[in-house]
Amino acid sequence: MQFLELMKIANEVRKGIIVGTYHAKSGHPGGSLSAADIFTYLFFEELNIDPADPQKADRDRFVLSKGHTAPGYYAALALRGFFPIKDMEKLRHVGFYLQGHPDMKSVPGVDMSSGSLGQGISAAVGMAISAKISNEDYRVYTLLGDGEIQEGQVWEAAMLAGHRKLDNLVVIVDNNGLQIDGKIEDVNSPYPIDKKFEAFNFHVINIDGHNFEEMEAAFKEARQTKGQPTAIIAKTVKGKSVSFMENLASWHGVAPNAQQYEMAMAELEKAGEALCQM
Amino acid sequence: MSDVRKMGTREGYGQALLELGKEHEDIVVLDADLAGSTKTGVFQKAFPERHINCGIAEGNMMSVAAGLAATGKVPFASSFAMFAAGRAFEQIRNSIGYPGLNVKIGASHAGISVGEDGATHQCNEDIGLMRLIPGMVIINPSDAVEASAATKAAYEYKGPVYLRFGRVAVPVINDREDYKFEIGKGIVLREGKDVVIFATGLEVNETLQAAEMLATDGIDAKVVNIHTIKPLDEELILSSAKECGKVVTVEEHSVIGGLGSAVCEILSEKMPTKTFRIGINDVFGESGPAMELIKKYGLDAEGIYNKVKSFCVL
Repeated sequence: MQFLELMKIANEVRKGIIVGTYHAKSGHPGGSLSAADIFTYLFFEELNIDPADPQKADRDRFVLSKGHTAPGYYAALALRGFFPIKDMEKLRHVGFYLQGHPDMKSVPGVDMSSGSLGQGISAAVGMAISAKISNEDYRVYTLLGDGEIQEGQVWEAAMLAGHRKLDNLVVIVDNNGLQIDGKIEDVNSPYPIDKKFEAFNFHVINIDGHNFEEMEAAFKEARQTKGQPTAIIAKTVKGKSVSFMENLASWHGVAPNAQQYEMAMAELEKAGEALCQM
Repeated sequence: MSDVRKMGTREGYGQALLELGKEHEDIVVLDADLAGSTKTGVFQKAFPERHINCGIAEGNMMSVAAGLAATGKVPFASSFAMFAAGRAFEQIRNSIGYPGLNVKIGASHAGISVGEDGATHQCNEDIGLMRLIPGMVIINPSDAVEASAATKAAYEYKGPVYLRFGRVAVPVINDREDYKFEIGKGIVLREGKDVVIFATGLEVNETLQAAEMLATDGIDAKVVNIHTIKPLDEELILSSAKECGKVVTVEEHSVIGGLGSAVCEILSEKMPTKTFRIGINDVFGESGPAMELIKKYGLDAEGIYNKVKSFCVL
């Protein structure tokens, strides 16, 4: 798929995030928007998945370790055909299947329930070990937040992944630099992130998490990497593409009100139109 | 008693894993640097490629087990009860319990009979913690035979199971032709009409001995082995309570949250019956030989006898 097409889809994913969090009157737009391009690349380009058969045995697995960014995950799954995008309007509603954090039992396309930070990467390591044990070819991808890697469990999982040379595992860190209480380097700095994963025997690639060309190269490099897992450290902007949300920690877990919703959607409509002119 | 065969329940677990491993390729066993103690080392020797030693990282191990289960394997994740149910509680709750994944937790060294290692390693809270997780099956076998049967039943059952094992060697009491293990079904080991004693784990044997002592005093005690704490055998508990009119529970666990609590919850709602709970009375343990501690904390046959007797004559 051409990068322009991916950009158009990513813009639709962002709209889905705004629609979902607005109608839920809660949720996490900031980190969903920073990861929107990563979700788009994964679900439209990288992963071997089939919306007509969400449980197919040889599918690539994806675990959203930063589970609070479910709005971005759901919007990408919906646009890929796993369920109607209109369902985003009922995100987090009582009795509705789109739970606040990913629920593998209710949401088509979700391979693992997640939300408690640090646990998703471990589950992904388990899936990668599982594939190795039974000689299956599927690959396992997991997306982490940069604040999330303050959790000790992330490094327990990384140690095991490096030790077992899980070259069927790709860990992506959405490095938007912000967490609930502020800048990650002010709260409890995880930097240097790349050097840490290298020390845990990962092959590490640093990219711009909004650049599809760099993503394509990085995921290709990951597939060619043998004998060690890959960590892709993706530099991103929290709240990306909604001007008044960009680079503000305060948009971590707050939904737009009606006026902010209109503003955000207008910006994204305009961005979408501009992409169509290209 | 010296001619009675003794084995740790953890040994029954290790043997069952080995047997299951031969029959089923989907079994994967995980450990956290305690393979020798939890007895998963027996499986490791036979099937090294299906034994994942996660090192000293129990939280990670539980979520890794969840990932294995999500991709079709049947993982048995093992550590000491303190670090399985205790340290990794939230991983068990969120990675395994919430998605209802088919993970079996083999928790050894439960209770005060850990012995010399002392209070930091004596988990008297694990049953309570696990009971709080919706859908979690909890089995606390009374001897190695039952531990083996429970492990095999856990494999057949689809969903999360917590298996509780002990360190100390205890008499084998279920080695008989008509023994049958079924998840959620208590086993009546002695009929009686004056009091019913529901016991679990190594306390089943101690309770059987206490019942003989009570008999010499003219107290006729019914003894029921409750190996499955969740789901509890409600029918048997209610019918036995009705039959005897007095209920005692015995467990090597805190009287808060374990078998005693579970029985009281059912009885208070459905058939209020005078009940006495024998267990660890809301205190931490201490170092010492296992059976000396069992005696000190009133969980040996004599201690049970004394408490049941005074409860019955009240």
